[in-house]
Amino acid sequence: MTLQLIGICVLWSFLFGYVIIASIDFGAGFYNAYSVLTNRSDVLSDIIKRYLSPVWEVTNVFLVFFFVGIVGFFPQTAYYYGTILLVPVSISLILLSIRGAYYAFESYGVTGHKGYATAYGIAGLFIPASLSVVLTISEGGFVELVGNVPKLNYKALFVSPLTWSIVVLSIVAVLYISAVFLTWYARKANDEIAANLMRKYGLIWTIPLAIAAGGILFEFRGHNPFRFEKVVDVWWLFAISGLLFLITTGLLWTKKKYGLMVILLFTQFAFAFFAYGISHYPYLLYPYLSINDSFTNNEMAIALIIAFGLGALLLIPSLYLLFKLFVFNKDYVRGAHDDHA
Amino acid sequence: MINESAVYWSRILMEVTLSFHIVYATIGVGVPIMIMIAQWIGIRNNDEHYILMARRWARGFVITVAVGVVTGTIIGLQLSLLWPNFMQTAGQLIALPLFMETFAFFFEAIFLGIYLYTWDRFENQKKHMLLLIPVAIGASMSAVFITIVNAFMNAPQGFDIVDGQIINIQPLVAMFNPAMPTKVAHVLVTAYMTCAFLLASIAAYRLLRGSNHIYHKKALYLLMKIGFIFTAATILIGDFSGKYLAEYQPEKLAAAEWHFETSENASLVLFGLLDDGEVKYALKVPYALSILAYSNPKAEVIGLDQFPIDEHPPLSIHYLFNIMVIIGMFMFAVSLLYLLAIWRRWSFVRSKWFRAGIVAGGPLSIVAIETGWWLAEVGRQPWVMRGIMRTEQGATTSSYVDVMLILFSILYFILAVGSIVTLHRMFKNNPIVKELAARNAKGDDVV
Repeated sequence: MTLQLIGICVLWSFLFGYVIIASIDFGAGFYNAYSVLTNRSDVLSDIIKRYLSPVWEVTNVFLVFFFVGIVGFFPQTAYYYGTILLVPVSISLILLSIRGAYYAFESYGVTGHKGYATAYGIAGLFIPASLSVVLTISEGGFVELVGNVPKLNYKALFVSPLTWSIVVLSIVAVLYISAVFLTWYARKANDEIAANLMRKYGLIWTIPLAIAAGGILFEFRGHNPFRFEKVVDVWWLFAISGLLFLITTGLLWTKKKYGLMVILLFTQFAFAFFAYGISHYPYLLYPYLSINDSFTNNEMAIALIIAFGLGALLLIPSLYLLFKLFVFNKDYVRGAHDDHA
Repeated sequence: MINESAVYWSRILMEVTLSFHIVYATIGVGVPIMIMIAQWIGIRNNDEHYILMARRWARGFVITVAVGVVTGTIIGLQLSLLWPNFMQTAGQLIALPLFMETFAFFFEAIFLGIYLYTWDRFENQKKHMLLLIPVAIGASMSAVFITIVNAFMNAPQGFDIVDGQIINIQPLVAMFNPAMPTKVAHVLVTAYMTCAFLLASIAAYRLLRGSNHIYHKKALYLLMKIGFIFTAATILIGDFSGKYLAEYQPEKLAAAEWHFETSENASLVLFGLLDDGEVKYALKVPYALSILAYSNPKAEVIGLDQFPIDEHPPLSIHYLFNIMVIIGMFMFAVSLLYLLAIWRRWSFVRSKWFRAGIVAGGPLSIVAIETGWWLAEVGRQPWVMRGIMRTEQGATTSSYVDVMLILFSILYFILAVGSIVTLHRMFKNNPIVKELAARNAKGDDVV
């Protein structure tokens, strides 16, 4: 395996980590806001808070890790993506900031504040939409080089059906992932009312999710035949993902094996996410930037990989401890005592 | 191809973002240490007040951390969005400390979450306190690594440039550049100092407003001691920084001191106004600049005349330098006086005017942090990497930077108001007297 491949695998895995935990996070924020606004916060808020409170900071770090890492391993991405993404990523950043800060303000400062809950709930739902624009841009067709300088064609991006398909998929996926995960978490807490509500939400989103995912494949075909072929090459990975999706939904429907259901949920999205990544290989920004011509020098790559290894030695046990204390700890999940500072 | 207006607005936007972030970042670096010390004393002396101090500081800390985290994320991405050309080069040279910073931050985030939610879970409070160690280490280490990145921009090394190509890259040599020791040390001690005085200013404010509670007195005494130690360290390291500048970045020192002509027996210019190249109303301390630069009153100090005019930093940084140094000296005097007075039982420490001075200390320390950073950053203009890349070469060519400036300014305003309102409500509704009463009623064993 080349250093390039190691680099991109590490980064893609972290991005996957971000996508999953951020989805739970954003979706939970939305459900929380919804329940606060409809005066049903007694059902959901406790469960959501108990899961989110100790982990919200960690979520953000996964994203930071990804974008710092990609500039380190592939410095040219800073040049290309940095230049073209000023406006879209700034918007994401503003939303992310409002969400992150107001989450903390609401949870630690003035609990149950409707304005704060709404602010972070709504912002949370727009973030996946605004971040997913980066994925659309990476597909090519929206950037031209003027001289040596990349320029983003906002209009083409805005009217493209591909853009909107990806946006819809990202939002629906967030709501689905979050609902399924929280169903499991609520069950663990023996909170049947919350579990049933989340289960209902999860089931509601299955059909839009299936339609949106299918729609993307269709859009690809029209947008970029080269990319479509690469997607077809790994059709079986997408098929496995689809199959896992059916099993997950089945378990949710029949209220069986919630633990397995969550594992399958993550696996399903892992297959889809990595299949998408593989079909993107070797381009970081089609067709200007491939992972080979943007790779950093050897010395830095080796230093980064060593740092990553040492960092992982520190992080994996810490993350394990975090999950052991707050996700797999029955007493905590059930709210046995008030641990809050 | 350089987009002049994009360069200009990028500089302003970066300055606004950083100026906003460092307030919360400084709190993020220093407060965990204060929490740790308070909790440790509380456990050791079996004193409920110190434990509560730790607990209350931790509660407020979460709010500031939230803003620190999100604005830190903004900076991380703005580096690439506003300075894509710089980051392309920096990615090859200095990605290692940037990457390590995220690990430190990760580590801190994990343990802060655990710390905050395990207050009542451990039989033994010492175990709970151990969780603060990774938080404090993570917070300080992320400051260390990110300051290393900044130090590299002031003193780039660890690579060669042959025919415009960057080769022979040595990541560790780049990290351990000459600017690194003084910068890192200065950033850390000033953060600790600022946080001690910020928290002290809250305690002094309560006393000033008529509370006579022993809790606030204990807090104030503890924090003034800590503040004094770190202010002394700050002054010492500040002196080392001056010596570093004289040796490696003489143009910054010369601009900050209005030292125009290379000379021996150089005098230090304090205060003053610059009018058409004439220094007016200044106080000149003979030999002081030579002493500051080389610990030798007769030493020759390089002046601005040794540099081409288009490489001169703006001369206005002199004012920033003055403000920073004066505040540092003022805080040194205040904390020293306070400690002497407590020791000698002088009564003026309880007077309104002295307490007002301590209350002012917190905000003043923040001002010193801001001016210090502006001095360091503006003082290396026109370079983004000194001697290698000029600022305009690193900037984006994209349009709409001005619009983004407006959007981000609104955001920072919303975050500032939100965090202040939240913090205010949090403590207004739960004053120390109420919290103590509630705990006693519950019959909690504190330790």
